[in-house]
Amino acid sequence: MGRKIRCALIGSGNIGTDLMMKLRRSTVLEPVWMVGVDPLSDGLQRAREMGLKTTDQGIAGLLPHLRDDDIQIAFDATSAYVHRENSDALTARGLLVIDLTPAAIGPFCVPPVNLRAQLGRQVMNVNMVTCGGQATIPVIAAIASVQPVAYGEIVATISSKSAGPGTRKNIDEFTRTTSAAIEQIGGARKGKAIIIINPAEPPLIMRDTVHCLTDSAPDAAAITAAVQAMVSEVRQYVPGYKLVNGPVFDDRRVSVFLEVEGLGDYLPRYSGNLDIMTAAAARTAEMFAEEIIAGRFDPRSLQGVAP
Amino acid sequence: MNATTRKVTVHDMSLRDGMHAKRHRITLDEMRAIACGLDVAGVRLIEVTHGDGLGGASVNYGFPAFSDEEYLSAVIPLMRQAKVSALLIPGIGTVDHLRMAHGLGVGTIRVATHCTEADVSEQHIGLGRRLGMDTVGFLMMAHMASPEQLAEQARLMESYGANCVYVTDSAGFMLPEDVRARITAVREALRCDTEIGFHGHHNLSLSVINSIAAVECGANRIDAAAAGLGAGAGNTPLEVFVAVCNRMGIETGIDLFKAQDVAEDIVVPMMDRPLRVDRDALTLGYAGVYSSFLLFAKRAEQKYGVPAREIVMELGRRRMVGGQEDMIEDAAITLAKARGLMPV
Repeated sequence: MGRKIRCALIGSGNIGTDLMMKLRRSTVLEPVWMVGVDPLSDGLQRAREMGLKTTDQGIAGLLPHLRDDDIQIAFDATSAYVHRENSDALTARGLLVIDLTPAAIGPFCVPPVNLRAQLGRQVMNVNMVTCGGQATIPVIAAIASVQPVAYGEIVATISSKSAGPGTRKNIDEFTRTTSAAIEQIGGARKGKAIIIINPAEPPLIMRDTVHCLTDSAPDAAAITAAVQAMVSEVRQYVPGYKLVNGPVFDDRRVSVFLEVEGLGDYLPRYSGNLDIMTAAAARTAEMFAEEIIAGRFDPRSLQGVAP
Repeated sequence: MNATTRKVTVHDMSLRDGMHAKRHRITLDEMRAIACGLDVAGVRLIEVTHGDGLGGASVNYGFPAFSDEEYLSAVIPLMRQAKVSALLIPGIGTVDHLRMAHGLGVGTIRVATHCTEADVSEQHIGLGRRLGMDTVGFLMMAHMASPEQLAEQARLMESYGANCVYVTDSAGFMLPEDVRARITAVREALRCDTEIGFHGHHNLSLSVINSIAAVECGANRIDAAAAGLGAGAGNTPLEVFVAVCNRMGIETGIDLFKAQDVAEDIVVPMMDRPLRVDRDALTLGYAGVYSSFLLFAKRAEQKYGVPAREIVMELGRRRMVGGQEDMIEDAAITLAKARGLMPV
C-alpha cells in the first residue's frame, strides 16, 4: 500500500461519523483524529473504537497535535456559524480544509461538475455546498451543458431521522447556499432551493427533484442523454443515486425526479443525504490527496494565504 | 369552558390559502377589493402571501401573478383597522423574507412547519419576536401527530418566542373529536397567556363544526376565508362561521351581512371553478393529504391519464407532507408506467 494523507474530522455528528467510515476505506486518505464537543457523543465513541485519536475539546483540542501527527487535510462537519473560525485556524497552519457546512467561505465543489477545475486553483478551503446541492447540481449542469437555463430550482426531501440538529438550525443557510451554487456551479442564471423534512415511518429514502426553465424550447433528446450520462457519473461514487422519473418536458420546463439511497455506513440506507455529502467530500479529498502525493499541490506552502 | 362568553379573533385566509384555489394568480385589484371589504366588515386580521408563504414563488408551487412585496404593498396602506399577516414556511422562505414583510408593515408573522418538525422554526420565530411582531407558530398536518406529540411541538414553538400556536388541519381530515383532543392537549401544555388557534379545511364538510369544537376547548383564533376561498374544498367559510358564532353568542366583532357581501359579490365571481367537495377534494380529507395538492393532481390526471383521486390516494400511502408538490407528478408518472400508459 502506498502513502496515505493523514486527515482530521471536525464534528462528530451524523455527517462526520459517516465520513469517517468512508475514509477508512480510502486508499489515499487515513482518518487520524475525530474532534467533538460532547464526550458522550456516539460519533466520538465510535471513533475511539475504530482507533482514531479523539478530543471533546473542539478544535482547540486538535491544534496542538497537527504537526506531530502530520495532518494535511481537515474536514469540517460542524456548523456554518463556527466554520469560519475553524477554517482560519486550520488554513493558517497549512491544512487543506474541506467544508461540509453551508458556510461557503471557499469555492463550491460538486465533484462531477467542477472538481478538476478546483485542483489547479491552489485553494486552501473548498465547500461541499449541501446534500441537496450535491444531489441536484450535477443534473442542472447537465441540462445547462445542452442549452441555456434561465432558472434552476431544486426540492430536496429528507427523512426526519436523518436531519440532525445542525441541519435544522441551519435551514435558511441550506436554501441560501444551495441557491447560490445552483447559479455558480449548475449554470442556471437564477437558482432556488427548497428543503422538506418528512417524518414518515419507516423513513423515506432521500428524494430530489430538479426543475429547470430553459431559454428556448428544450432539446428533449440531447437533455435526456446528458442527464442519463451525468446520473451514471454520480453513481460512480454514490451507487444508490437513481433517476426515478424524467426528464419530463412541459413547454420550457424540464423536470427530473431523483432518489438517493445511502450505503448505510452510519445511519441506515434511507439517509442518502448523508452519503452524497460524505461521498462527495471523500472523493474531493482523494483527488487533492493524489495531487499532494504526486507533488503537484502543497497546502503547507500556501499557509496563511486567504482561501 | 363557557362558549357563550367567548371572544374569537377570526383571521381571513382568502388572500393566502385562497391563492392555491386561484393558482396564485389573484390580481392586485381583486386583493384590494377583498381586503377593503373585509376591513370594513370588521375582520381584524387578514393574511396576504403566496399560498405557500413568503418566497413560495416557484415552479414547484406556482409562480404568482405578483410578488409578495407587490401584494403586501397594495393592501397594507388601505387598511383602516385590519392588520395584515404573512405566512412563512422554513425550507421555502427565509428570515430575509420575514424582514422584508416586517419592513412593509406586516404585524403578524406565522411560521409554519410540519407538525413534528417545529425545531426548524427557531430562527424565524425568534426573529419575529425580536422584531416585536405578533408571532405565531403553525403546526401543519396536525392529524399526523398524536395530541401529546403536538403539545410537545407547540411547547417548542412557545419556547422560541411564539405568542400563539395553531393546530392546523391542512388535509381537512380531522373529526371534531380529533380537534378537541389536540386543542385540549396544546392548551394544557402552553402558558395561559399563549393563544391557541385552529385552521380548518372543508374537505369533509367539517370545517365549521371543527372550528367551534376548537373554540370550546380553548382556541381563540380561528382561520376562515371569505366564501371559503382556499386549497382543497376550501377553508372554513368565514361568513358561515360568523353566523354560527352569532347564534352561539361567541363574539367575533364581524358584521355578518357585510362579510356575506364580500363573499358573494367579490370572491365567488372571481373563482376559477366552483369551490365544492368534489370527489378529489373529498379524497384529500378522506386520505389525509395536503389540501393544496388538489389542482396539481387534477393537472397530472390531464397529462398522464391517471385519475386525480388515485394519485391523491397514492400520495396518502406515501405519507407525503406539505410542500412535496413535486411528488404529485412523480407519483402520476410511476402509476402511468405501471398501467402501461407510458413507456417505462
